[in-house]
Amino acid sequence: MNRGTVTQINGPLVQAHLPGVANGEQVRVGEMQLTGEVIGLEGEFALIQVYESTQMLRPGEEVTPLGYPLSAELGPGLLGGIFDGVQRPLRAIMEQAGEHIPRGLELPALDREQRWEFTPADQLRAGQEIHGGMVLGQVQETEAVQHRILVPPDVKGELLELAGAGNYRLEETIARVRTPLKGIRELSLLQRWPVRRPRPYTRRDDGIAPLLTGQRILDTFFPLLKGGKGAIPGPFGAGKTMLQQQIARWTNADIVIYVGCGERGNELVDILESFPELTDPYSGRSLMERTLLVANTSNMPVVAREASIYLGVTLAEYYRDQGHDVVMLADSTSRWAEALREVAGRLGQMPVEEGYPAYLASRLAAFYERAGRVDTLGGGNGSVTLIGAVSPPGGDFSEPVTNHTKDIIQTFWALSKSLADARHYPSVSWTESFSDAVDAAARWWSEQISPDWLARRTQALDLLARAEELSRIINLVGVEALSPGQRWSVETATLVREALLQQSALDEVDSYCSPQKQFALLDLVMGLYQQGRELIARHVPVSALLELPALARLRRAKNSYGNEQLDAMIQLKEDIRTQLDKLAQEYAEDSP
Amino acid sequence: MKAKEYRCASAARTGLLFLKGVPGVAFGDRVSIRDRHGRKRNGQVILSSRELVMVQVLEGTDDLNLDDTWVRFLDEPFELPLSPDLLGRVFNGIGEPRDERPPIISRLRRNVNGEPVNPVARAYPREFIQTGISAIDGLNSLVRGQKLPIFSGSGLPHNRLVAQIVRQSRLLGEESRFVVVFAAMGLSYADARFFREDFENNGVLGNVAMFINLADDPPIERLILPRTALTAAEYLAFDLDLHVLVILTDMTYYAEALREVATAKGDVPTRKGYPGYLYSDMAEIYERAGRVHKRHGSITMVPVVSMPSDDITHPIPDLTGYITEGQIVLSRELNNQHLYPPVNIPPSLSRLMKDGIGKDDTREDHPRVASQLYAAYAKALEVRNLASIIGRDELPDLDQRYLDFADRFEQRFLAQGPDEDRSVIQTLNIAWELLSLLPGEVLSRVSEADLARYHHWEGGK
Repeated sequence: MNRGTVTQINGPLVQAHLPGVANGEQVRVGEMQLTGEVIGLEGEFALIQVYESTQMLRPGEEVTPLGYPLSAELGPGLLGGIFDGVQRPLRAIMEQAGEHIPRGLELPALDREQRWEFTPADQLRAGQEIHGGMVLGQVQETEAVQHRILVPPDVKGELLELAGAGNYRLEETIARVRTPLKGIRELSLLQRWPVRRPRPYTRRDDGIAPLLTGQRILDTFFPLLKGGKGAIPGPFGAGKTMLQQQIARWTNADIVIYVGCGERGNELVDILESFPELTDPYSGRSLMERTLLVANTSNMPVVAREASIYLGVTLAEYYRDQGHDVVMLADSTSRWAEALREVAGRLGQMPVEEGYPAYLASRLAAFYERAGRVDTLGGGNGSVTLIGAVSPPGGDFSEPVTNHTKDIIQTFWALSKSLADARHYPSVSWTESFSDAVDAAARWWSEQISPDWLARRTQALDLLARAEELSRIINLVGVEALSPGQRWSVETATLVREALLQQSALDEVDSYCSPQKQFALLDLVMGLYQQGRELIARHVPVSALLELPALARLRRAKNSYGNEQLDAMIQLKEDIRTQLDKLAQEYAEDSP
Repeated sequence: MKAKEYRCASAARTGLLFLKGVPGVAFGDRVSIRDRHGRKRNGQVILSSRELVMVQVLEGTDDLNLDDTWVRFLDEPFELPLSPDLLGRVFNGIGEPRDERPPIISRLRRNVNGEPVNPVARAYPREFIQTGISAIDGLNSLVRGQKLPIFSGSGLPHNRLVAQIVRQSRLLGEESRFVVVFAAMGLSYADARFFREDFENNGVLGNVAMFINLADDPPIERLILPRTALTAAEYLAFDLDLHVLVILTDMTYYAEALREVATAKGDVPTRKGYPGYLYSDMAEIYERAGRVHKRHGSITMVPVVSMPSDDITHPIPDLTGYITEGQIVLSRELNNQHLYPPVNIPPSLSRLMKDGIGKDDTREDHPRVASQLYAAYAKALEVRNLASIIGRDELPDLDQRYLDFADRFEQRFLAQGPDEDRSVIQTLNIAWELLSLLPGEVLSRVSEADLARYHHWEGGK
């Protein structure tokens, strides 16, 4: 291979004399064998972004091109793992090198020695024509997740041999295929895919089922579909990370990929320490069995941060192709954009908005387009849902990253500083958030939970909007100026906020709320609102309504009744009705 | 290369020295510069190519000329010699003594830039630190290994608060105190003296390593100073098993020095002229706080960030808030009312509080009491706003109670003396005294059991 030499070092950006190299190619730089990627060519010179610190690198040191682009290793052993932005296995690195990450250490992402129990697919026979995406067999990767070994997308031909059931290492051959162009290909449990190229599928489908998160403000008010794209923008301290962790914990996806991109190290530690102890409400197994972490924390080299998002989504697509529903959470896409900006700045590219390069919007769009529910090459269905946190500087949603993201995604969960300051969590603003998926979600809720879902949801949002207007009047002239009907709206809107929208991640009972319980609570509050209005029309004073003992119970219902105690909530509904009826009677008797 | 001295400067401006015709210089190399008066300056290579080497001169480029400037490349990064003798000493930004005592001699030297900690090796911080300050212990608890900045403003008493934290911080049920690494960037002479005297008067000076760059010292040195100080802190924490409290003051001056150099280098400016890498650069510093598996020691960090014109959305506090685990925000309004410590409660936050408080750490009701105090005070501030428009007398009875609650909360809970050391139990008891001003029905964040045990509602009398 033709080698080159370093000609300039400017932070993570290295220029090298390296004729014949291709854009996107991986290289090894210098005596320290740092890993980098070619991101630009100028004549015989290549611009290289290096994933590790370039301290003490000198002009004149050698550069070796590796001949392939940045690729992810795909195979059993990914789940439960934690990798850096270029898929170096952080646990294995710690075992080998201690608590710091040394430079130039080259370890394979997946353990080559471990054996996996492989069961070949029943219907496959030697002599059969096979193509990319077909299932060769399976491996039980964790108790909760079955890993299907697929024919790589670019392989097509006659199956010559398929290994029998047995234990295999990742690189052992499990199938041989005669391909028309490239001769005989040997397939193993391990394959690679370049991270910047989306994996192929047959067809894109519309989303049909909501991605449930167990969070009322998300599922009930601003739903996201499986295969959808969502964003969580919020200033610091608004609870982005907490909300993302709640989604990672309670979502009804098969696989969760959590990309910590330029964020705090301790947040990943929190997941690493708490997830193995937590139980997945759907499979009953430890949450870590379905979770995979990509960690490029804020103090790790900035260029690998740029790659981490692509690594995460490639891993997500790989599990999608096996027929799984996958959620990828990226915390935070702003740090990814900043990494992009930093490299662009060092390349001397013309900055457009706030120093970001002109291609920010197209890169963001291309990334989010990798979400979707698809017919896989193998003939099944799978989905990738992408949820990106956005960290707008100064909480200003008009800044470029938030702004461009808003144009691309379907569901926007805007976090509000003022709600967070009042310790209203999750601090998702009901005025600034939106969801394009309400109609599709309504079909699901109507079939699975209750036909009244859409109407109740709309009523609740209307009530919140009305109360917001009324609060402006209160601020001008005081609460006494309101009519009894208006007063009731303000009071029940507060109830909606306290009994429905606020949900404590730290409360054992309330941390996860099943769709049934979500609707039961919504129905309770909105039912009370309507019945109360009728009573007020019949001259029952608001104060009498507010003193109902059932009201205090309703306020605490979310923490008092677990997901399995729907009966108790039906009972509460009865009690409220009884108390209201009694009240109506009292006042009917009083009036002449 | 180390032995050779070059005279090859081709340009010198705004802290940067450009050298021509020295090939093969390492990026990040430490440089020794001799100027025409024979005085020594320190520099670091920030760009190296076959034709040109760019050196950042820590003492600045004032008074340099091109012909009589001699440069030696030392073939090593900036390193700090490490020994237990660091404690009780005063150094400059690169670890040279400032106290007229001999330099530290040690075979153990480490690169001041450190290496990133593998996230897998971190241990999650969860041990409650009692600072004796109610606003912190009760509502924004600090835990060992946390980074919790103080967002302040000019003229606000952040120095007093920091000194109080240094004096009073301790772990419940443990005798050992913290050792302190004090990193000052752009500190005024008067403030430096205040800290020195405070440490001296409290007899802790022997447990403090100070790294000082005063307001009239060269600003570029501020870029390396926190890294040097943290290298010392890491040694004390992870080699000597000590619990280290790191004070960084003031990160705003650090960021301004960074902007100065970035502008000179021609980096693309982003918000308010700060370079795009301000976030990553500050993260390299802040993320060095924490705990590590199988190590007894810890680094707890309290940086001071002064908010230019009290603007919390200014890039420096803003980006800091995105990296650190919460923030204690000081309020000019409370300070004007002579309330100490003037902690602005609504925007203050401790992210790691949830794991450091409660049954086994402080008291069982603590998490709910904190949440309830926050909610009640937020509501009370809303009512106070309303009262300022329509008058107190127009308000319903409950709202008037909220007004009393707000006043008492500030006077009784927030306010305390600079030497008053409250136990966390005292803090929680005061909290219940205040919550007892409000009827139990509106306290939905605490449990029925809490109410039965601690709430003494007497109809608000």
